[in-house]
Amino acid sequence: MEAASDAPEAWFALDQDGRRLTLGGAWVTAQSAQLDEALRNQDWSGRGDVAIDARGLERLDSAGAWLVLRTRQALEAAGRKVSGLDVAPAHMPLLKAVEGTRPNEPYVSRIPPGFRGRLYRIGRATVHAGRQGWEMLGYLGRVTVEAVEAVVRPARNLRIPAIFHQIEETGINALPIVGLLAFLIGIVLAYQGADQLKRFGAEIFTINLLGVGVLREIGGLITAIIVAGRSGSAFTAHIGTMRVNEEIDAMQTMGLNTVETLVLPRIIGLVIVLPLLTFYSDVMGLLGGAFMCYFQLGITIRVFLRQLQDAVSLNTVLVGLVKAPVFAFVIALVGCYEGFKVERNAASVGLLTTRSVVEGIFLVIVLDAAFSVMFSVLGI
Amino acid sequence: MMESGGDQDDVVIRIRGLVTGFGRKVIHDHLDLDVRRGEVLGVVGGSGSGKSVLLRAIIGLVQPREGTVEVFGRKVGEVEGSQMRRLEMRWGVLFQEGALFSSQTVAENIQVPLREYTKMSQELMDEIAAVKLNLVGLPPDTAHKYPSELSGGMKKRAALARALALDPELLFLDEPTSGLDPISADGFDVLIRQLQKSLGLTVFMVTHDVDSLRAVTDRIAVLVDRKIVTGTIGELRKNPDPWIQEYFSGTRGRAALAGMET
Repeated sequence: MEAASDAPEAWFALDQDGRRLTLGGAWVTAQSAQLDEALRNQDWSGRGDVAIDARGLERLDSAGAWLVLRTRQALEAAGRKVSGLDVAPAHMPLLKAVEGTRPNEPYVSRIPPGFRGRLYRIGRATVHAGRQGWEMLGYLGRVTVEAVEAVVRPARNLRIPAIFHQIEETGINALPIVGLLAFLIGIVLAYQGADQLKRFGAEIFTINLLGVGVLREIGGLITAIIVAGRSGSAFTAHIGTMRVNEEIDAMQTMGLNTVETLVLPRIIGLVIVLPLLTFYSDVMGLLGGAFMCYFQLGITIRVFLRQLQDAVSLNTVLVGLVKAPVFAFVIALVGCYEGFKVERNAASVGLLTTRSVVEGIFLVIVLDAAFSVMFSVLGI
Repeated sequence: MMESGGDQDDVVIRIRGLVTGFGRKVIHDHLDLDVRRGEVLGVVGGSGSGKSVLLRAIIGLVQPREGTVEVFGRKVGEVEGSQMRRLEMRWGVLFQEGALFSSQTVAENIQVPLREYTKMSQELMDEIAAVKLNLVGLPPDTAHKYPSELSGGMKKRAALARALALDPELLFLDEPTSGLDPISADGFDVLIRQLQKSLGLTVFMVTHDVDSLRAVTDRIAVLVDRKIVTGTIGELRKNPDPWIQEYFSGTRGRAALAGMET
């Protein structure tokens, strides 16, 4: 009955009549994987009392001690009476310390398997999304009230230096990336447009396409998406890290209003900055288009400008720009809101930062669609 | 001295001529220290005296400028990768803030080293996690909780359970009782002593807590002036060094040691 003969370093053996279980070798963590398997496969059924003799163990650690005790339980579960467990005196304290371990029941997920589980998940996600929307609405209300208060009594509540800091951080520092991307988008748009329109001999209308496309939609949308990725995430990460460090709690106990000190400067700063960034991005996008028109279609700057003047009016520019403050408000609101929801663990900051960017971009595009519908109804 | 074979087995950590520092600042200046098998050594010293740096130098997180650190007769920092792994399996470290992985449950935290170094089945690993939790005195249902759901004292115990996952022979504790209330701290002291006895551990404990020193340690190493002075509490109290005198005879020290004045 040599069950663990392939593991010479830790072994156990039942004698002929199955009345005596001898344990030997080193019952330690390193051996426990093989030992565990052998012990589980062992058939413990039989008749009469069993004595466990563990005096011959060379080494024993807590994993081994657990296996010894579990073996005793297994014997008892098989209907055998364990008449004794002999161990060397040196191993006694360890066995005593491990005794009393109640292996806890495996974690049972509350989600049932199969179709019902899927329904459960959908339901949970829906409730979660609804609650999130409701909370965000509440947050919007609070921020609005505080913002109005701040505007009504600006001397006390408005933190001018903080606003300027945000303008620098989210606006001026974003100029290179926004400029470059808008320029490239302009190039792409002009190139693709020219390619298609050439078939009709209507290359010149590339400029119309570019002007309307960039000024009405693309310029604002690209800028908002970049800012959501750049600044929305920064808001969440910054406020979230402050939460992890208990700085937010410290501010509250000092009587500082966190909306006033952290949220409003960010929202106001971004609302000021995003229209400016959008205008800058419009200009860069047109420049990129003009650049491409010059090299691809041989249209000079003078012709480009004349055609552009025909194609777009001031209204086109304004329609693009009027959306920017709304985008800015939503991006900043989501960024700050998610930041305040961070919990005190490392994963939370990353999770909520991701969520803030995704929600920010999602809301920006949804709002853009809503604006399009509204403008078409109004006939603008 | 270093070659004497007789006590080779009994010295678990042997530090000779250790020099560490950052930039132009020297933290340890040719420091010698032996930690013997089965003892609990407490390391004390003022803030910035390099207690934690010493611990980190022993476990190989800080590269010494000079000198050698031998653990179980092997030179830390000079042994090859797989040898180092084998060495690391023989010690467990409890970091100051616990350093539990926050994205994993307590049971998963304990199972990290098991999964890495052994081929245990999930079933056995769950059982082992329960054994370790029992050893450190945590209720079984802690296994499925996340570190953020635990109190400070429970976090330390859970981190200790993880440090014990591979049944190490040597345990490093970095300020195990800091941040705990006196009752939890006492409980932790008792726990360390119990575990040390039942598991036959050697313990290297950095601490600020004079109560812990009295309750748990066999010997104390004091870091003063970039050197180390070792001895029992009784021996150290006779040491003329002003910092040591201040430490053991100051108000806090005296109060904590009052019970020893038999």
